[in-house]
Amino acid sequence: MAKTIEEINHKIRSGKAVVFTAEEIIGVVKEHGLKTAAAMVDVVTTGTFGPMCSSSAYFNIGHSKPRIKLGGGKISLNDVPAYAGFAAVDVMIGANALPDDDPRNRFHPGEFNYGGGHVIEELVAGKNIKLVATAYGTDCYPRKKLETWINIKDLNEAVLFNMRNSYQNYNVAVNLSDKAIYTYMGTLKPNMGNVNYCSAGQLSPLLNDPYYKTIGIGTKIFLGGGEGFIAWQGTQFNPGVPRTETGVPKRGSGTLAVIGDLKQMNSRYLMGTSMLGYGVTISVGLGVPIPILDEDILRHTTVTDDEIFAAVIDYSGAYPNVKPDIVAEVSYGELRTGNVMINGRKVPSASLSSYPRAREIATTLKEWISGGKFELTQPVASLPGVESGVKFKLLNERPINGSGG
Amino acid sequence: MTITNKKISLRFPRHLVDRPVVYHLIKDYNLELNILKATISSEEGHMVLELRGERADFDKGIEYLTKTGLIIDTLCREVTRNEARCTDCGACVTICPAQAFSVDSISRDITFDEEKCVVCGMCILSCPSRSMELHF
Repeated sequence: MAKTIEEINHKIRSGKAVVFTAEEIIGVVKEHGLKTAAAMVDVVTTGTFGPMCSSSAYFNIGHSKPRIKLGGGKISLNDVPAYAGFAAVDVMIGANALPDDDPRNRFHPGEFNYGGGHVIEELVAGKNIKLVATAYGTDCYPRKKLETWINIKDLNEAVLFNMRNSYQNYNVAVNLSDKAIYTYMGTLKPNMGNVNYCSAGQLSPLLNDPYYKTIGIGTKIFLGGGEGFIAWQGTQFNPGVPRTETGVPKRGSGTLAVIGDLKQMNSRYLMGTSMLGYGVTISVGLGVPIPILDEDILRHTTVTDDEIFAAVIDYSGAYPNVKPDIVAEVSYGELRTGNVMINGRKVPSASLSSYPRAREIATTLKEWISGGKFELTQPVASLPGVESGVKFKLLNERPINGSGG
Repeated sequence: MTITNKKISLRFPRHLVDRPVVYHLIKDYNLELNILKATISSEEGHMVLELRGERADFDKGIEYLTKTGLIIDTLCREVTRNEARCTDCGACVTICPAQAFSVDSISRDITFDEEKCVVCGMCILSCPSRSMELHF
């Protein structure tokens, strides 16, 4: 049985790699048994597509004549403020950024129809973006004002960077109050009128490798329709949460920081997203290949929605006030039927992440690998495991009263 | 080729009552029309029309009316889905009071049944990709 990444890559190069998606592998293992399937299967592909707030893009616009130092100045892209805290012509825009004239939530719930996520989407789609900048001027960079259209094809580098993506499980949201609330988990009807969830479940990357045995720093992935890499563990990485007997986290757990060349991505997998009453973000398509190095790794990829459980949290009380209370625990299998039983009540359920598009990503990655176009990488370092002691901390708030730091 | 057959209610502001709107709808946009009601004075006008024609012609005709400055009654509006932006996430499913959205249990694709839509607009701002749109 082929059981190093180099051996699998050899099979990929010769077009003989056996690849299944994380959805297909469930049936394959059921039919052939774990042992036979582990010998037969080389790679299992995963996918996810949903709103991922901590996303950004950075790029180098090239030097203007005369030169301008944007660092320390002010800059906007299609009227959305971008970050100008770098050197001369490097610019970064976050998915949550809003135009200064957006009314925010002044008229609650705000619509948030356009922001950083949409700028990134339009940039990737090849549309011209309006750049307006002011700088203070220096002897070497004398220019103080720049107004120009930019296009991704003319940028020196354009890079997608996401500091926290692909959450390994996530809260399921309800509203126990008596009025509607507008959250990053969508519109929640009063008195637990609906329940919203957001995960590709059995297709989701980190739920198929729950102990990060193959997914690590340096893993090459599908990102935004192109190739990217896992750069680091994502922020809020929290491996020590309660898990099921098979190791699947029952709460938000691991996350990924990812990076990739924006120029080869596709706006089908990077879509500006508006959350009523909450803000603007971006939906990101991400897929991770899992090399089947042994039976144990294969067994983890056979996880089904019925074996993935998440905590139902009240977003009108417990969540905003950081109370540990959970309303119930429900399985993704049940959530996907369209209704869940919570405390004896049948509540309609809806998803914020797209399962069809997650499946499309896992299938595309499978085709790339089977077609010899995408080889696997050996991680250069592991993500912090359960034994690492890495913990998600709340802010230890220390009031500033003039006594100094 | 889909034939659209719809009733629309038009209001003519004072400065538009002398426009030959019906003539243009027939001649320029190939629409078959039936005037169900018309009250036109030198001050204002109100007309209810039944329009019939190919979808593309219908849309262009409506665009002409809107550009002219005529006010089309909001009750004539309908909600449509921009298929290029819909990601089939399903956030609309429980928001809709008329159960116009349904999830295919196998493909997980979301179907929008325009027949069931009551044009309340709840889905429009609750859709994360803003794929639900209000049209005439």
